[in-house]
Order: sequence, then structure tokens, then C-alpha cells
Amino acid sequence: MDSMSILEINELTATVDGNEILHGINLKINKGEVHAIMGPNGSGKSTLSYVLSGRTGYEITGGDISLNGKSIIDDEADDRARAGLFLAFQYPVELPGVSGMSFLRASFNARLRENGEEEVDHLDFVKIVRAEAKKLGISDEMLKRPVNVGFSGGEKKRYEILQMALLKPSMAILDETDSGLDVDALKIVSEGVNLLRHPERSMLVITHYQRLLSHIVPDKVHILSGGRIVKSGDKSLALEVEENGYAGIDDAA
Amino acid sequence: MVATVETISAVEEATGKYKYGFVTDIESEKAPKGLNEDIIRFISGKKNEPEWMLNWRLKAYRHWLKMPEPNWSKLSIAPIDYNDIYYYSAPKAAEKLDSLDEVDPELLATYEKLGIPLNEQKMLSGVAVDAVFDSVSVATTFREELSKVGVIFCPISEAIQKYPELVRKYLSSVVPVSDNYFSALNSAVFTDGSFVYVPKNVKCPMELSTYFRINEQKTGQFERTLIVVEDGGYVSYLEGCTAPQRDENQLHAAVVELVALTDSEIKYSTVQNWYPGDETGKGGIYNFVTKRGSCRGDRSKISWTQVETGSAITWKYPSCVLKGKNSIGEFYSVAVTNGAQQADTGTKMIHLGEGSKSTIISKGISAGKSQNTYRGLVEINRGAESARNFTQCDSLLVGQTCGAHTVPYIVSRNPSGKIEHEATTSRISEEQLFYCLQRGITEEDAVSLIVNGFCKEVMKELPMEFAVEAQKLIGISLEGSVG
Ligand SMILES: Nc1ncnc2c1ncn2[C@@H]1O[C@H](COP(=O)(O)OP(=O)(O)OP(=O)(O)O)[C@@H](O)[C@H]1O
Ligand SMILES: [Mg+2]
Repeated sequence: MDSMSILEINELTATVDGNEILHGINLKINKGEVHAIMGPNGSGKSTLSYVLSGRTGYEITGGDISLNGKSIIDDEADDRARAGLFLAFQYPVELPGVSGMSFLRASFNARLRENGEEEVDHLDFVKIVRAEAKKLGISDEMLKRPVNVGFSGGEKKRYEILQMALLKPSMAILDETDSGLDVDALKIVSEGVNLLRHPERSMLVITHYQRLLSHIVPDKVHILSGGRIVKSGDKSLALEVEENGYAGIDDAA
Repeated sequence: MVATVETISAVEEATGKYKYGFVTDIESEKAPKGLNEDIIRFISGKKNEPEWMLNWRLKAYRHWLKMPEPNWSKLSIAPIDYNDIYYYSAPKAAEKLDSLDEVDPELLATYEKLGIPLNEQKMLSGVAVDAVFDSVSVATTFREELSKVGVIFCPISEAIQKYPELVRKYLSSVVPVSDNYFSALNSAVFTDGSFVYVPKNVKCPMELSTYFRINEQKTGQFERTLIVVEDGGYVSYLEGCTAPQRDENQLHAAVVELVALTDSEIKYSTVQNWYPGDETGKGGIYNFVTKRGSCRGDRSKISWTQVETGSAITWKYPSCVLKGKNSIGEFYSVAVTNGAQQADTGTKMIHLGEGSKSTIISKGISAGKSQNTYRGLVEINRGAESARNFTQCDSLLVGQTCGAHTVPYIVSRNPSGKIEHEATTSRISEEQLFYCLQRGITEEDAVSLIVNGFCKEVMKELPMEFAVEAQKLIGISLEGSVG
């Protein structure tokens, strides 16, 4: 085991409703690195993010996942989250009536408790949230609304990044955070993400577009196709995809 | 709201399934088991009641004997043996107390465990408490302060002796003795409860609160509450209930009557947490309660807010009779059922007065194998010109084995009336749970967050001091409902 690696995925196979979607994934992400995953629709990108974060119904049938050197495949989703794994959802779900502040504070304090730190009270927490929200162009009015309820597509994505900023994960997976963002929002969100780049924090950025990767420049790019990583390379691979599509790459696989 | 997160730590603190399931070891004085005229004479004698009161009880008893037991619709219920119940049980030291110092320390300790601050120094500022233990009111706090503004807040047994004219004028004026099987039974055997009287134009300066606890085995609790608010007055009243964990079913059959005169307002909140029985449905309280308010005066207003988490069986429909012109009735309810609990609860809004308005917001949460029914009647009578009602009934299902039912009855005898009814049923989705889990929130806390979000509209109607407690209760009662 390499002590530099935060996330290590070995020969991972996984099924959804009895169908094998991931057919043996290998991936290693070192401390502080940003990796991007690109791939055609339905290739298994979101599935991989769910399998990594422990969603019910996504069954691991072979291989292993380790986070900070420890296997997590037997851990529940909330344990994995408190251990530092974060997923910014492709489609964040609405929680009607659940106050945003209460929700954010519950997750924030869960993390603090896990680290043996003291929980913060409501007033202090509001200050912390406001400061982070400002950087992402999230209004106070939006913070008062129930979680994700009535948020526009772009607002939901910002709210995901706000949560990442608050929870300071060691491994963050961003599933198509750029989709649904207008040009200006894309810039704000990418800047927000870049601010969170840190030697102790790794990221796995799932996207269809090179555009995002020109803002958040990855150390490595992988192409996922048909449940396998079919090609890996540096940031120039993303440009190649942008130009030629996946056709040539699929043939190579 | 801040309190939601407090819920989370409360849930963690709670170790046992039913936190209030302890029994207090106190010597008690009981009447022999069973029900007959001698028992009623015994109760009446114990309370030093005047002759008229005894006769009133005996009349109620004779009427009860002739009544058939109600026919349960959605509830399945083991038969109750009315002769296997103690109708009177009093903690021995608790008679005729002048101050809290004389209360049995064991008893005070019990209330402390329940989180009820009876100790005046330690008390939440501005809440006066009357505590009813089994059949007897053991302590009423802050009486002096209240009496300065003319508010009477005392055990009803005391009111019968001290304020007989008031009691005679209003007792059973809202819920007639013969109204139903349990109101007749209650009238015959009730042992205590609270009496509140707010004089003209007085806004009661503090929340009034009563805590009911059933401690003794095989004891029924039949309390009687009467609240009268004169013209222009206002009072906010809260009742809380718990009982120890026992294998047999216990009966709670209360009657609550509210009278609101011209321009007055009564806010009545309940946090009910009687022992619900175990997962298999063994034990638990049968909660059969008649609660009714009369908006007698023009522009008078009565709001019922209830958070019902306990009891094996709940049968309860706090109602408003809207007699006054432009009078207002409100019903806000959260009913949580888990395990094998059965709840059949709702309200009746009877519109008699011109321009009367009513609002019903009901939130039912069912988990486990429980059954949760909302049953509501909205009746607009001929004289109720331009009356309006708005009803919203939402059900939330946790898991696959529970049931939620909505049974609205609508009677409209005046074409100018306007009735709106909205109903939804939803389920906590796997997606919502996963979203919370992915943020490091445990499954139980996630359910609690989502459920408290679901009932927010009702929770905000509760007095602040009790909203936190109610949120905790909801979290605790849903423990073990997922996973
Ligand atoms: N419950 C399910 N049962 C069967 N197949 C499923 C199920 N859920 C997802 N899949 C399939 O798994 C494959 C991968 O889906 P996934 O959502 O991971 O794709 P993706 O790479 O994220 O696509 P996109 O770019 O469109 O977001 C798809 O073919 C999808 O239809
Ligand atoms: Mg996807």
C-alpha cells in the first residue's frame, strides 16, 4: 500500500439490481491530486460514485476500495462520509421542510464529533456558513430555504460545493457539477473548487466537458466506457475527447 | 430552526426505547377495583365534594350503564374489562398540600426524570405547572402570581369546592355527560384535572401547563379539564402525558372542555407520550379522549395543537363548535405511530356562526407495522353564512409495512360556505436518506430531520419551550423504524 494514496480502487466489480455495471475498475488517487473521469452516457460514472460512497442497492461483487489506506467496503455510507469521503451529486435531492441551516449543521457537527472536536452552536455556525456561501454567490435568502427545495439546477450545484467547503473532505467526488451551470456560474463554482484544492485533499471530477477542466486543471484524466477504465492520460486526453469524441478511444479498448 | 439539530443529540441520549417507562415506588391509596355506585360515592367523599356533584356523577354513571361501547372502525382492540380497573389511586402523602415542600420527594424525583420542573426556582421562566399523578393533582405552581391578575389555575377538585358557581355553570356545557361512552364514564369517575378561569380582558401572563402521569398498575386515569376565558381574555395551556412501561393495557379517558367568550382566545397544546406498548402490541395506554372547545362569543378563537407520539391506541378528535360570529377554530396535529400502535385522530369543526373560519393541518407519520388514520368532520350549518374551512392532511410513510388513512367527512348545509381539502401521501425515499447519510448524518438522525421538516408547520404552533421537547419525542418514537 502506497502511503501517498488517498483512494485506491482494485479490480472493482459491482452490480445494480443484479446487473453488473462496473466490470473491474482500477484507480489510484494520491494525496492532493485531482483526477477527472470522462465517458459516454451510461458508461457507469455515477454508478462508480455511488459504489464508492456506499449507496444501498449498489452491490460490490469483487475487488476492494480503500480510503486513507483502510478498506471501506464493509462500512456504511455515513461512516464513509465521516471518514472524509464526499460526493457532490449529479442530481441533488430535495428535502421538503428540512431547514438548510439545521441540515448543514447536523452534517458539520457529525464530522466534528467524529474527530473528537467540540460541536458549534447555531450562531457561530451561521457565521461560518455565510462566509463560505458568499464565496460561492449563494444568497442568505437561499440559505433560509429548505434543502434544495425550489433551487434552480445551478443553485443546487453551488449548494453541493458549499457543503464540500464546510465538510472539508479528504476525498471529494464531483459528479457533473458543471452540468446545468451558466458560463458565469461555472466560473464561480470552479473558483470555489480551486480554493478547496489542498495538499491533503484529493478530488475525482466527473464531467463531459473539457470546458470545466480548463478551470479545474486535472493531474490525470481517465476515460470510463462500458464499466471499465479504457484509457488514462494527462489533461491533454480531455482535449482529445473534445475534438474526436469517444469513438477512437472505444476502438482502442 | 435551531431545535432540529438538538433533536439529534436527544435521540442519541435516549438509551431505552421508551424513556419514561420507569415506575415510581410510592405508597398509594387505592379504592377497591371495579366500578359501582359505592366506588363513585367513595371518590366523591375523598374529594369532599358537595351533594350536587355526587348526584351529577351518579346520574352520569346510570346513563353510562345504558350506553353501548363504541364500535371501532379502523382500530382493532382487545376488550376492556371495566371491573378490572382501579378508579382511584392517590400517592399517600399527596393529600391537601399547601406547598411543594410537602410533596413526596420520590414524586418530585419522578417529575424531574420526566423533565418537568416542579421546583419553582428551577422552573422555566413563565410556565405554571399543575401535575396530576394517577388520580390526584399533586402540585400547582405559580398560583400566587396568577391570582394577582385574577387568573384561577387549580386542580378541578379544588375548584368544585372553592368556585362551585363557575364549575356548575360551565362543566358539561361543552361536552354533555351523555355525549359518548367515555365522556359518560369520565363524568362518573373523574378524579382530578385542571381548572382555569381567565377573567375579562386579562391576558394570562404565563403559559399554563399540566403534566399527567399514570403510575399505578391497573389504574385508569380519568381527568377532567375545564378552561373558561371571559371576554377579551387570552390563555395558552399545555398538557404533557407519560406513563410507565407495563405489560397490560391501561385506560386513559379524559374530558377537556374549553369555553371562549367574546373576543377571547384559547391556545391548547398537547404533547402526548403515553407508553405505546412493545413491538408486538403488548401493553400500552388506551387513550380515549373527548376534547371540545366552544367558541361561544363573537370573534373568539380556539387553537388545538397536538403532538401525539404515544399510546397503544389513540382515539381523539379535539373539536371546535364555532357559534360566535366570525369565530375561528384551528387544529394543528402531528401524530406519529410506530411498532404496533394504532391512532385514529382528527378533529371536528362545527360551523354555526356567520363568517366562522376553521383551519386544519394534520401531519401523520407512520412507521413499523402501525396504522395511522386521520378522521375529520367539517360541518357548515344553515346559519353559518360565508363560513370557510381549509384542510390539509399529509401522511408520511416510513417503511413498507405501515398504513396511513385519511377519512374526511364534509357536511355543507349552507351554499355560501367554502370548504377546501388537500391531501398528500409520501414516503421517505431511499434517495433522501442516502443524501443525508452521504453527509455523515446517521440514518436515525436523517429520519428525524426529514420527519421534523415534514411537520414544521405544526411544530411552529407549539409554545417555544415545548417545541424542542416535542421534536425530541418525535425522534425517540421513530427509533428503530429504519434499517
Ligand atoms: N437500477 C438499475 N438497474 C439496471 N441498470 C441500471 C440501474 N441503474 C443504472 N443502471 C445502468 O447502469 C449504467 C450506468 O449508469 P450511470 O448512471 O452510472 O451512467 P453515467 O456514466 O453516470 O451516465 P451519464 O453520463 O448519463 O450521467 C446505465 O446503462 C444505466 O442504465
Ligand atoms: Mg451520471
